Amino acid sequence: MQLAMWTYEGPPHVGAMRIATAMRGLHYVLHAPQGDTYADLLFTMIERDAKRPPVTYTTFQARDLGADTAAIFKTACADAEARFKPDAMIVGASCTAELLQDDPGGLAAALGLSIPVVALELPSYQKKENWGAAETFYRLVRSFAAGPTPEGRNPASCNILGPTALGFRHRDDVEEICQLLVSIGVTVNVVAPLGASAHDLTRLPQAAFNVVLYPEIAATSASFLKERHGQPFTKTVPIGSGACRDFVAEVAQLAGLDVEAALAKIQSRAPWYAASIDSNYLTGKRVFIFGDATHAIAAARIARDELGFTVCGLGSYTREFARDVRAAAKTYGLEALITDDHLEVEDAIIAAQPELVLGTQMERHVAKRLKVPCAVISSPVHVQDFPARYSPQMGPEGANVIFDSWVHPLMMGLEEHLLGMFRDDFEFHDGANPSHLAPASQKTSEPEAPQIVPPGAPAWAQDAESELKKIPFFVRGKARRNTERFATDHGLSTITIETLYDAKAHYSR
Amino acid sequence: MTTVLDRTAAPATPSTLPAPLLRERGQREVFCGLTSIIWLHRKLQDAFFLIVGSRTCAHLMQSAAGVMIFAEPRFATAIIEDRDLAGMADLHDELDRIVARVVARRPEIRMIVLVGSCPSEVIKLDLSKAAERLQARGQHDGVRFLTYTGSGIETTFTEGEDRFLASLVAALPAQEQNAKPRLLVAGCLADVVEDQFRRIFTALGIEQVDFLPMRESTVMPSIGPSTTVLLAQPYLTETARLLQSRGCQLLHPLFPLGEEGTTAWLQAAADAFGVDPGRFEAITRPGRDRARIAMTRARSELEGKTLFLFPDSQLEPALARVLSREAGMVPIEVGTPFLNRQHLSAELDLLPTDVTLSEGQDVDRQLDRLRDAAPDLTVCGMGLANPLEAEGFATKWSIELVFTPIQGYDQAGDLAELFIRPLRRRALLQTGRA
Repeated sequence: MQLAMWTYEGPPHVGAMRIATAMRGLHYVLHAPQGDTYADLLFTMIERDAKRPPVTYTTFQARDLGADTAAIFKTACADAEARFKPDAMIVGASCTAELLQDDPGGLAAALGLSIPVVALELPSYQKKENWGAAETFYRLVRSFAAGPTPEGRNPASCNILGPTALGFRHRDDVEEICQLLVSIGVTVNVVAPLGASAHDLTRLPQAAFNVVLYPEIAATSASFLKERHGQPFTKTVPIGSGACRDFVAEVAQLAGLDVEAALAKIQSRAPWYAASIDSNYLTGKRVFIFGDATHAIAAARIARDELGFTVCGLGSYTREFARDVRAAAKTYGLEALITDDHLEVEDAIIAAQPELVLGTQMERHVAKRLKVPCAVISSPVHVQDFPARYSPQMGPEGANVIFDSWVHPLMMGLEEHLLGMFRDDFEFHDGANPSHLAPASQKTSEPEAPQIVPPGAPAWAQDAESELKKIPFFVRGKARRNTERFATDHGLSTITIETLYDAKAHYSR
Repeated sequence: MTTVLDRTAAPATPSTLPAPLLRERGQREVFCGLTSIIWLHRKLQDAFFLIVGSRTCAHLMQSAAGVMIFAEPRFATAIIEDRDLAGMADLHDELDRIVARVVARRPEIRMIVLVGSCPSEVIKLDLSKAAERLQARGQHDGVRFLTYTGSGIETTFTEGEDRFLASLVAALPAQEQNAKPRLLVAGCLADVVEDQFRRIFTALGIEQVDFLPMRESTVMPSIGPSTTVLLAQPYLTETARLLQSRGCQLLHPLFPLGEEGTTAWLQAAADAFGVDPGRFEAITRPGRDRARIAMTRARSELEGKTLFLFPDSQLEPALARVLSREAGMVPIEVGTPFLNRQHLSAELDLLPTDVTLSEGQDVDRQLDRLRDAAPDLTVCGMGLANPLEAEGFATKWSIELVFTPIQGYDQAGDLAELFIRPLRRRALLQTGRA
């Protein structure tokens, strides 16, 4: 058993729903108890879909368990085919129905429906949402793209694999990458699963290679297509300016195009913004990064190589890609944090003392409590992760979006200096928000960030305590902890003003 | 799936239905009982709700509650994993380990509620035995262990609260012989509403009033034959049954929604406690007047508007009664996940005779009826609201009706406002939206 107050991923059948909802003409019949229909609101509320997800649930109840839940499933399948007239159907069970062992695949096959039915086996007590999405997509690709490999494929043609419903900025990433590919002379054959029909999947083999945008979703399918149809696939995910260049070079090579000419097509403001003098204050800011593997690894590269931050923590909840995250962490001199326990992530954030947190919605909450600026870089998604504006993470525009969304939560350069100069200023005080944030929310009653005071910790002399208050609030927690650690290390029982500045000298970088 | 037109009321039914009852069994677009933890854990401020379930349960809770929980929630899920099912880990040992972790993290907790789920029911994990054992072992001094099921196979949405209150009732001490008459108000109310009712009861001279659930788990009211029970919520079938089996006297007035409902509800208590009619009139008059003024204003915006309610909380018949009688709305269909005819008899008597009452759900058929009826306002869950808006129907999400204080005189206007806002907003927006 695992204690969870919050989870990074839903169950695997929600992953299957993300595929079904992304595609056209596909219907999912899910053997599930009453209540599992909550998952519809992920799509209708969080993503603001104008349509209900194409999912029929059997919603069986206790009184049905003694009777015939299999018959309920068959009725639901037949009714769904008659009502929604899909081109194809996927069938499966949620966690409770899995325990009943009704075999949805077998039951649906016995019905002899007039449309193709793909059976899903998604072990709910072992696997999670992303795995469920990847497995569902793979089963569909296997079922519909298994035909003969066509002759004479256009070498400069590709499929885009991986975008789903409820994905972190997938909608805009696809648009951005399509534009980028077209601009360098590559034709996009099929985008899947987002917007694809079962028939479109049969056309997958017509492209020369595949572009994998989200390995968590599309890696298994891409490997299958490589083996079956000799389609190589891209390894670089184009998040950040550097990765974007690598991606374009990789694609140009796969497509047999001139690499230099292709690279010349990339237009992004982010590198110049990072080089401009206003960005000097970003240098060496400590960032803690946590998310799905793809976004976390990409964020670390941007943080260090494109913004000049110091990566002080890197982790992911994607166990399937733990090896990649560990390898990446090593290049930053870090041990990767691989966990889906958000409490463990919280502890790691406190220990790392970052000045910026790049994480999921959960880390955003942790950062808020610790009063550390934060930007969201990865699923699980929240209604705010579906902005009305065009806001990709990938491609040249994605690099611009990332620059803005990571830098805006931080103090601007001069503002930080002013805070240092006028520490007891009546407006620049602890309770005041940074001036670029909403002036309306001038709350002063928020509690101090939680401090971990070990027993036997050195005591603060009154004058040292008031000197500490002159240190800007956003680094005060760190100064306090450093000073206490310094005092403990030096066997001091009382912290004086001298100790405070000795510690400052000791820890200054 | 099956649809039964039931024109013959069951023999024990104390009330005749205003119209034929449409019973449906098909896809139900409703939450399971676990969802009621979202308000229960805010109400009982020293309780922790530990769901023993699957990743789906945990995901439901964070999705339904949103990630916008300001404090660390006092609920969590003990997620059953493969090794638990394969018998490689002893479920009871695992549960002990998790309970110890919860207690260590939240030492101020005085009550831990083990909540059963669909998977724990299907594998027949005996949580009451687990609770008994945890209690008997005395390892967690000062913590009371309770258990109930919030599983979707057993409970729909608000029925989770019903099962929890029933488990609380089972733990309430028996009152002494010849105890003074007491009033017990059962069903979660917002604190502000509870305080208003308490003031009114005090003014009426009913001093001995307990509310269930209480705000602190350590204050357990005693119950018995001297207890008169007033249900504040219509979904408390099991709780009411248990209270009656403990000898409590159950009243069946209208529910305290709107001016008429609140008055009838208070009146039932006043009659049971022998309150002088003059006094009742004097004490309730100001509230009645305020509610009436608020409703008159609402009436100008809601009168004649048609209303279609999808099944959700079992509040639907009472809501339809208020909105039709006090705001002049015209209910077309009133859906409810379960129709407790006994508790709702007074409500059903006041519903218009041409309304369709439906129990259970086959959501696709119900959507067909909705499109045929083309109501001015639809009350439905979050899975349906945006798609219906996109089709051009004005909607009110039903979950707000259980999260917003709507009971009592001073909330009658707020109740109406919830229904007015979507209509007013549609009239306001000039965005050229299709």
